[in-house]
Amino acid sequence: MYPITTAHYIALSAALLLIGTVGVLTRRNIVIILMSIELILNAVNINLVAFSQALHNLDGQIFAIFVITDAVAEAAVGLGILIALFRNKETVLADEVDLLKW
Amino acid sequence: MNFLDLIWLIPLFPLCGAVLMLLFGRLLDPQPPSTVAAAPGVEHTHDEHDHGHSHEHGHTHSHTHEHAHDHTHDHEHDHAHGHTHHRGSPLKVLISLLCPGMVLISFLLSAGAVLQLSNSPVKVHEVVQFRWLAGLPFHMMDGRLATFSADWGFLLDPLSAVMILVVTGIGFLIHVYSVGYMAHDNGFYRFFGYLNLFVFFMLMLVLANNYALLFVGWEGVGLCSYLLIGFYFQKKSAGDAGKKAFIVNRVGDAGFIMGMLLMFSLLGTVRFVSVNQALRGGQFHAETAGFGVLSAIAVLFFIGATGKSAQFPLYVWLPDAMEGPTPVSALIHAATMVTAGVYMVARSSALYQLTPSASTVVAAVGAFTAILAATIALVQNDIKRVLAYSTISQLGYMFLALGVGAYWVAVFHLFTHAFFKALLFLCSGSVIHSLGGEQDMRHMGALKDKIPITHWTMWVGSVAIAGIPGFAGFFSKDEILWQTYSSPSGSKVLWIIGLVTAGLTAFYMWRLMNMTFYGKSRVKPEVAAHIHESPPSMTVPLVTLAAGGVFAGWVGAPKLWNLPESFRGFEHWLEPAFRSAAIEASEQGAHDASTEWILMAVSVAVAIIGITVARYFYHHKPHIPDTLEKSLRPLHNLLYNKYYVDEAYDFFFVNGLGKGGGRALGAFDRNIIDGAVNGAGWLTRFSSRVSMWWDTWIVDGAVRFGSFTVKLLSYPVCILQTGRVQAYALAVIVGVLLFFGYFVAGK
Repeated sequence: MYPITTAHYIALSAALLLIGTVGVLTRRNIVIILMSIELILNAVNINLVAFSQALHNLDGQIFAIFVITDAVAEAAVGLGILIALFRNKETVLADEVDLLKW
Repeated sequence: MNFLDLIWLIPLFPLCGAVLMLLFGRLLDPQPPSTVAAAPGVEHTHDEHDHGHSHEHGHTHSHTHEHAHDHTHDHEHDHAHGHTHHRGSPLKVLISLLCPGMVLISFLLSAGAVLQLSNSPVKVHEVVQFRWLAGLPFHMMDGRLATFSADWGFLLDPLSAVMILVVTGIGFLIHVYSVGYMAHDNGFYRFFGYLNLFVFFMLMLVLANNYALLFVGWEGVGLCSYLLIGFYFQKKSAGDAGKKAFIVNRVGDAGFIMGMLLMFSLLGTVRFVSVNQALRGGQFHAETAGFGVLSAIAVLFFIGATGKSAQFPLYVWLPDAMEGPTPVSALIHAATMVTAGVYMVARSSALYQLTPSASTVVAAVGAFTAILAATIALVQNDIKRVLAYSTISQLGYMFLALGVGAYWVAVFHLFTHAFFKALLFLCSGSVIHSLGGEQDMRHMGALKDKIPITHWTMWVGSVAIAGIPGFAGFFSKDEILWQTYSSPSGSKVLWIIGLVTAGLTAFYMWRLMNMTFYGKSRVKPEVAAHIHESPPSMTVPLVTLAAGGVFAGWVGAPKLWNLPESFRGFEHWLEPAFRSAAIEASEQGAHDASTEWILMAVSVAVAIIGITVARYFYHHKPHIPDTLEKSLRPLHNLLYNKYYVDEAYDFFFVNGLGKGGGRALGAFDRNIIDGAVNGAGWLTRFSSRVSMWWDTWIVDGAVRFGSFTVKLLSYPVCILQTGRVQAYALAVIVGVLLFFGYFVAGK
């Protein structure tokens, strides 16, 4: 059995980041986009925690908790905007909301 | 009693009468309302034989008035209307006592004042009551500062003494005559109110001590003339005649005002005494050569005089003034008002002595008017119209005398003329009255025995105006002709004109006498039955005036006759007023006795020839005038239509200058004034269009071009901004990857 090393965590984190990024770019549904953003943030968290363990420094873990808090707030605001948007435009598709242009 | 200081009372009494009449007269002499509004002639359908001024004047007098002197057909009068105020009404008697009474008081006051003046060594008496006009100071011609001021003051000197006696004396007789003449008229009180007002203004005119106050009277008599000519205002021609008189007089008045102001700016005063002092003081020299300021003043004054005294070219109002009642014609248009111009020029004698060229104008216009009016009078058929032209002609004589420098002779002729012309007019009124309103001489004739008093008094008047020795007109007319001949400023041509006019005068007066009183009766049968002599209130003034027509001339008998000095009192009496002129003229006349005798004989001969020819034509051979008329048809038409002067004035002034000028002004208004406004409007619209085009294409264009340029340049950037969040995210990621790639791969 191979021990789980920092490299594994980073690989996982990179995979999550990639999945999240592709999700943000390719999915049309804003709910999915928000979920993908959560994936990206969690990829970062894993990265932080992994290095915190590897370096024996708690700063990374504390920072991860900040990120989780931040993600919660961001999800709340994002979903609020989404509901307001749906009430006005009856849509949750990101490419149909393109008014903010010249 | 010192009458000299009471001369201000003289005009006051007639003014009181006028104010009483015009304010309260209606209460004393109530007017039947129905007759005022009724159309002329309507009331005569049931009363064919009514004593008819109304046929003549077209007014409607109440025929319920009884004709006290005409009892024969009183029963024909319709009493059904039941008007209670007739001739005997006590209130009407009050009016007929009050108004003539006021003038009589004035006459007595005047006589007293004149008597005291003749006894006093100082022949000029001034009574100044108060400062009447006080204007702002202004610069006179020579640069000095003067204030235009005039007193309410009265001046009695020999000249105004003659005038007030004529105005009040003859005025009184005519008032008495009017009581009889107007007895059947509506507006009895109105008539006497106007008449008294007229006497007031005329007295103001002749008693004023300055030109400004004289002008008050001047305008006032013009006003009264208008009121009295238009007395029968229901008739259009009477109203028109009144307006004509007023307007024509206004033309002259303009000249008078300008002359007065010019005189003020030259001398700094309009007071007669000061003006005469300044002019005779030697600081002004006679304008023998050329035409200076003094001549301008003199000519302007004369223009004023031509209006009031009916001289060419402003005489046209006087014949039309015959529309008024006959006593008015006698009082205003023969004896007094028309003499205002003569009086004013005589009053300005000091001025005219310095201006020979202006005097020549006066003499020439006077002579021309005299002969012009006399020729017109030859063929007129209306008895009053003949007398009207005769008046114009005699006034021409007066101006001829003024023009040749014989001022006292002009006033002398004014004095005698006042008697015999008032007499003639009142006689013609009596004739008209007795014929029930007939004025056309072709419907008269053989009235000699039917109205004997009228006939004999008119005979005296005609003899007097014709210039038969012994009667008033002879003395003054002969003196005028002699002065015209002998005076240095006179001329033979003017004398011949005057002589011819004298012959014509004799002729037309005897034509009038023959057509009216002698020969065969041509009176319409329905009128003939009622011919009657006028009442005593009319005949007494006639006889009095006839006495004047005989004796008035004897105060100015020719020097030649070597009569006692009292027979030549008139010239001496006026000497203080005309001083240098009188002396100069009398010196001229002294040394040529034989010529004067010859001239006198010639003028008398001419008068007798005129009378004889007229008698021959119209009495013995009545067909001759008709033959002459037919053979000289164009000439007759020319004279009968008064040289077409009225038509010419209508053409040039009424239609030409009045209506044509109005039309021209209208066109000017429409085309030039409105055109300017419209043009300004059009210009504004045009410029606003240009401005709008400029705004749209140039200003807006520049702005829009700027924005277009920005838009064009920003287009490539704009296509990047899609509004899609994911596109931006992609760009961010690609950008991050590029950075990473660059830094990772580059290291």
